Order: sequence, then C-alpha cells, then structure tokens
Amino acid sequence: MSRYRTLFRQSALLYRFRRDKVAIASFSILLLLLIISFAAPFIAPFNPYDPTQIDIMDSNLPPVWQTDGDARFTLGTDTQGRDIWSTMLYGTRISITIGLFAVLLQSLLGIAMGLAAGYYGGRLDSFLMRLADIQLSFSTLMVAIVVLAVFQAAFGSELYNELAIFMLILVIGIAEWPQYARTVRASVLAEKKKEYVDAVRVIGLSRRRIMFRHILPNTLSPILVISTVQVANAIMSEAALSFLGLGMPVNQPSLGSLINSGFQYILSGSWWITTFPALLLILLVLVINLLGDWLRDVLNPKLYKE
Amino acid sequence: MSAATGRMQVGGTTGDPLIKVERLSKSFPLTSGLLEQLRFEQGRLVRKREQIQAINDVDLNVQRGEALCVVGESGCGKSTLARVVMGLLPPSTGHVYFENRRIDQLSAEKLLPFRRRMQMIFQNPYASLNPRMTVKQTLEEPVRFHHPGISPAELSDKIIEVMRSVGVDPGWNERFPHEFSGGQRQRISIARALMMDPEFIVADEPISALDVSIQAQVLNLLMETQAQRSLTYLFITHDLSVVEHFGTRVAVMYLGALCELAKTRTLFQQPRHPYTQALLSAIPKLSQNRPSHKQLLGEVPTPINLPGGCFFHPRCIHANERCRQERPILNATGAETLVACHAVAEGRLG
Repeated sequence: MSRYRTLFRQSALLYRFRRDKVAIASFSILLLLLIISFAAPFIAPFNPYDPTQIDIMDSNLPPVWQTDGDARFTLGTDTQGRDIWSTMLYGTRISITIGLFAVLLQSLLGIAMGLAAGYYGGRLDSFLMRLADIQLSFSTLMVAIVVLAVFQAAFGSELYNELAIFMLILVIGIAEWPQYARTVRASVLAEKKKEYVDAVRVIGLSRRRIMFRHILPNTLSPILVISTVQVANAIMSEAALSFLGLGMPVNQPSLGSLINSGFQYILSGSWWITTFPALLLILLVLVINLLGDWLRDVLNPKLYKE
Repeated sequence: MSAATGRMQVGGTTGDPLIKVERLSKSFPLTSGLLEQLRFEQGRLVRKREQIQAINDVDLNVQRGEALCVVGESGCGKSTLARVVMGLLPPSTGHVYFENRRIDQLSAEKLLPFRRRMQMIFQNPYASLNPRMTVKQTLEEPVRFHHPGISPAELSDKIIEVMRSVGVDPGWNERFPHEFSGGQRQRISIARALMMDPEFIVADEPISALDVSIQAQVLNLLMETQAQRSLTYLFITHDLSVVEHFGTRVAVMYLGALCELAKTRTLFQQPRHPYTQALLSAIPKLSQNRPSHKQLLGEVPTPINLPGGCFFHPRCIHANERCRQERPILNATGAETLVACHAVAEGRLG
C-alpha cells in the first residue's frame, strides 16, 4: 500500500495538479460544496424538511443586508417561510446525490455495453451501437419528460413525490448510457489490438476475464474524464426537469425546484429566492466542468501544454 | 511418422514432430458487411467477396528441440502463421497438430492442457505487457490460472527463479512495465512465457523492436534458455543474420507460401530457390566493395489477387510457361532441402 502512496505522491497527476491554479481552486470549491451539502444537517441553521421549524409569518423576507432583513435568515426566506441558505444546502445535497447515482447507473450500463460491443464485435456490436444511435436521437430531456409525466399521470403525484429521487436517477441514468458505451467501445477497440491481450489469450484466460481484468483497467482514463462531465450534465438535467415541475417535489426541493419555486416571484421583487440557488448551481456545474477539462488535458498526452 | 504425413518428408530429421502444420491456409475477408459485398456488374447485382490470402497451403513440421526460423519480407504471412499455430487465429483450411493431436478445432477448454505447453513471445515489448499490472502480477497470472492450488511460497519461488534466469532482478517485481527499458521488458515477456515451463515457444520477431546492442543479449538469452530448458522454438524473423546465428532449420516464405525449407548451414551455403538466392545476396558483407545484389524485378504482388502458377513467377528470371500455369509443391532436392520450384526440379538452374 505504501508503495502506491509513494507512486501517487510522485505521479504526474499530482504534479500537474499542484501547478494548475484553476484546478486547485475548482477542486477546493467542489470539496467545500460537497462537505457543506452533505454536512447540511449539522451546518444549516434550519431544517427545511421539518414543518415545525417553518413559520409562514417569516415568508418572503429579504436577505439580511436589506432593510427588511431578519438576522436569523442570512439569505432571506422563500414564500413558505423556509430559510434560503438551509434549503440551498439540502437542495445541493439532493442535486449532487442524483448526479452521482445517475452517473453511476450510466457508467455501469454504458461500460458493460461498450465492453461487449468492442470486444465481441460483429453483430452484437452493430446491434448495441444502433441502439445507442436510436437512444441518442431522442434528447435526454424529452425522454425524461415523457417518462416522468406518464408516471405522474398514471400513479398520481402522491406516489411520484415519494419516488421522485429514484425516478430521476433512473431516467437520467438510462437516457445517457450511449455516451459511455461509445467512449468505452472506442478505447476497447484500440486496446484489443495490443499484444498484451494476445499474450493473455495465449495463456488461455476466459474472454470475460480478459475484458474485465485486462482491457477495462486500460480504458479507465477516458471513463474518468467523461464521468466528471456527465455528473455536471446530470445535475443540469435534474435542475431542468425540476424547473419544469417534473423533478423533486416542493417539500423536498433540489436546486432546480428551488429556482422554479422562486421564479414566479422574481418580478414581484423577491429576487433572492431564485438568484442564490441559481448562482450555487452555476458554481457547482462550473467547477465540475473545469475539473473535467483539466483532467482531460492531463490524461491525454497528445494535448500537452505548458 | 504416420501415413498422413506422406505428402512431405522433412529433410533429415527423424521422430514425431512436436508441431505439425498441414496444408494450412488463412484468408482474411476484406469486405465484411453484406452491403459492401453487393455490386452492380453488367446490369446485375452480384455478391462479390474479396479476401487477402495471407497463408497458402503451408506444410511445416517443427521437430522437438530445434529452432525453426521462418523468414520472409513484410507481409508474407510469417506472423499470421505464428498466430494460427498458437491458436490466436482459426485457420481457414488445414490442420495444426501438437504431438499428433489436432488442436486447431478444439474448444477453449479442451485447448487448456496444450496452452500450458506452448507460449508466445511478441514483437513489441512496449505493447506486450499490461501497463496497469506489476511485473509480479503479470508473471503470476498464468500460473495461478493453470494451477489454482499453488501455494504463495511456491509461486514466489518460481517467480524469483524465472526472473533470475532471464536476468531481471527479482527485487523489481513490484514495478510497473513503464519503469523498464525495452530490453528489460522483452526479458520480462520471456519470463512470462517461461513461467508455465512450456515445451514450445513461438517467438514473433522478438528482437526486431530492440536496439541493436540489446538484440544480441536477448538472442543469447533465448539460446541459453533453449539449452537449459530443452525448448523448441518457432522463430519468426526477417533478419537473416539472426537466422544464421540461431536457427536449426530455416523456412523461407513468399506471399504466404513456403519456397524453401532447409538446414541453416545448407541454406546459407547453397540456396536453391531463386527467391532465397536473391534474399541471401541482399545481406551486406564487409569483404565486398561492390555488393553483388541479385535484383528482383518489380514489386511483391498484392495477396488479394495472387498470380496463378508459381507465386514468384512474375519476378523470377527463370520463369517459363510451366511456372506461369502450375503451382510448384515442396520437393525434396538433395539430402536435407525442400524446394518449391519447377526450375530447380527440372535442373534448369544449373
């Protein structure tokens, strides 16, 4: 283990990270966001899920630095009297959770399909890739809207509100697997031709073992790169769906539903309900994308730049 | 030798061959999809399949304990031959035998006992080791797979023994391939092949990707291990000086067919086939001021549309009508030489 630790300390990845200010800043902000959102129950002054802590009399209070501001609510309150800061923290936690699990689902599906398509080739390859083409010809949002709207209509919004988080993960996860499948397939096709694969075939290892033990580890760097970008995309998709009213319910808001809930009041002067969650969403997606770009540059030796 | 081998007698050597290749052909389709195969010709839709004929009707025996070198220029099918023998590619027609048991049609499971006894060394040491596995993991894998019950102590003893024998410090076994030079990597490749104590090793141009100074070291290592472990080699190369140093017998290939098969010394002293003669005359010699190359006419034809008759006839100065019509087969001429040439058979070469 210590050997791997020293290897990591001497690695080019860490060296390039230390020299890149944008990467350091993005990583720190992302880490901070992760910590404060997952530690929300301990950090947030209020629990927005607890109706006893919400007082309708506190509704629509502006941020603390404005004349009507209340010292208890730093960033003001929304129309139900929930503290914006606390709700944002909880909402970020939901958004990140949905993003991570949706990407996990995407990657499991996509890696399995891409490996099979690339390694076995032939008819299976054609079939899976045409399937991916069909999937990609529908936009993620369209598929998600249809599925979620049908679910809501068929089973009622009561059940939907309970299962919203799982539904969002499933829909976003399934809609975006072709991204992974295509990337993985391309790397598998390149790796498969290398002689180390022939060497293990000579040993007699089974195809599955060659695929998972030898080829898959060598396709990890592109997977890592698209994973970061896909997390950002999934968070965006979730926000868009919530904004359209097909995402998280009002009593369990994600960043998208928060933006949506304040959007109706933005012209009546309550700008803070929409603006602060929106800024946080932009920051979150931006740092993830910046990190993804940096990772792509580092892991792609053809793109060396000083 | 069984009656089935009557088509060819291997010059001089006796006993059952370890590896026997019989009338082996391998072709690769150029047009894979149905749409690519369909074509309009004279107003009709025709299905036309094009293929590359990589190996044509090759008969070859590898005797126990020898180093059989296969030489030929790029694209003549040497590597394909090695891959078909190792079972990495299925033959299009023909058979491969290991100790008189046919192995080319066996299922992966039934092939396992043979896999233990034959191994392969690859050309490019930079691609033949998995970059994500340490040397130890790479060396352990075949042994663990074939002998799941082996104790850790036995396994690490074996690794140390093999690493020593190929001249790599066993203390380096936790390192990754990128931490080694090309020559060291090739030694590790050889070590991986030796881990199973094989009897037969196919070496596909094992030294051509290495620096000249390292080539000799690796070649000597291969020869030492052959002596120590009584190995049999099928050695694929395009380097004739290596053949002279290394081979027991030499097989010369041209366009996927064998031209000449002879003992190394015989072949170098007295090449019979016109192609072999041209090939050998291309070896630079220090004693010559003006090299006496036998220049061949034209280019190697594509293996898609092979010339009829003898494959070599378009470039052969001795070719006559018979060479253009009839494909020569390997014939024993002299004590230990097999030549596929009408001119040699008829005595036209003088």
